[in-house]
Amino acid sequence: MNEPSSLRRQEFIAGVRDTLPLLLGALPFGLIYGAIAATSGLSFAAALAMSAFVFAGSSQFIAVGLVAAQTPVAIIVLTTLIVNLRHMLYSATLLPHLRSLPQRWRIPLAFWLTDETFAVTVHRFQRGDASTCKHWYQLGSSIAMYLNWQLCCFAGLLLGNRIPDAQGWGLDVAMPVTFIGMIIPFVRTLPVAISVLTAGAASLLTLAMPYKLGILASAFAGIASGLLAQRLLRAQAAVAER
Amino acid sequence: MSADELWLIAGMFAVTFGIRYLLFGLADRISLSAWLSDSLRFIPPAVLTAITVPAVLLPDGQWQLSAANPYLIAALCSLAAGIVTRNLLATIAIGLATFFLHRLWL
Repeated sequence: MNEPSSLRRQEFIAGVRDTLPLLLGALPFGLIYGAIAATSGLSFAAALAMSAFVFAGSSQFIAVGLVAAQTPVAIIVLTTLIVNLRHMLYSATLLPHLRSLPQRWRIPLAFWLTDETFAVTVHRFQRGDASTCKHWYQLGSSIAMYLNWQLCCFAGLLLGNRIPDAQGWGLDVAMPVTFIGMIIPFVRTLPVAISVLTAGAASLLTLAMPYKLGILASAFAGIASGLLAQRLLRAQAAVAER
Repeated sequence: MSADELWLIAGMFAVTFGIRYLLFGLADRISLSAWLSDSLRFIPPAVLTAITVPAVLLPDGQWQLSAANPYLIAALCSLAAGIVTRNLLATIAIGLATFFLHRLWL
């Protein structure tokens, strides 16, 4: 690993810069987490520690909700496991790009892997240039997301007891709106469009599945339909060529 | 912090990091077959869509297919903004603005 430090810095800064819009989306999400945590019965220190060590927005929300409902710890941990299984799909996607990195890189990049950093970074990795420092781009995006999340959660915890009915404000709209912005750049080919439509339809058909397992089932439906569409299009192109 | 809270956070940390790290840790020992690496391209938008669609159509766990649903209107406006502007910040900002305008005036 002997990259020029200017290239590293350039990649790092680009990673931070491309993540900035997503910080806006995470901001209300972090605030509301803090606000809910403040009223859930979880202590201030535990709510902060959860952001610092778990660093997974949707599972933190669910965990805080379960704490408020006095759910046993083992059930909360199990729910976290299932809700975060999608991260396994993310790390599988990044796998080919991180193969040559030492463990001291893989460990922090794994810890900081979120929906947002993943979505931004995967575009960077898939661009065909020869940069050997794309992992610095991911590091920049990761650290930006992490610091922003800690600050927002802290602010939410401070404000939580003072804002009346913070949950009723609907700040949680930030998540779908941010995700829509993240989905659009991926949809450039017909198979991806078909995959997205299928996943969306499947997510409505699998609502009855417990523990948000519908998300995984829908993702697999989307992937399968995308692959199928890609095959059919290739077969069609091969026939047309003959 | 109570002992229960400590276990909660330790457990959540272990499963979250475990899932994120498992494949990264083995990265140099795993090779993916062609169709598997083909399918990876579909993962990000498929997962994100599967999270987003129910959040918008059933914001409180109940179907709300009407113009009175601010989540739905905000999502449609941010989708339109995203397609037209191709700008992430504009997509998010317009979605949030639509949501709060809708709540204030409707």
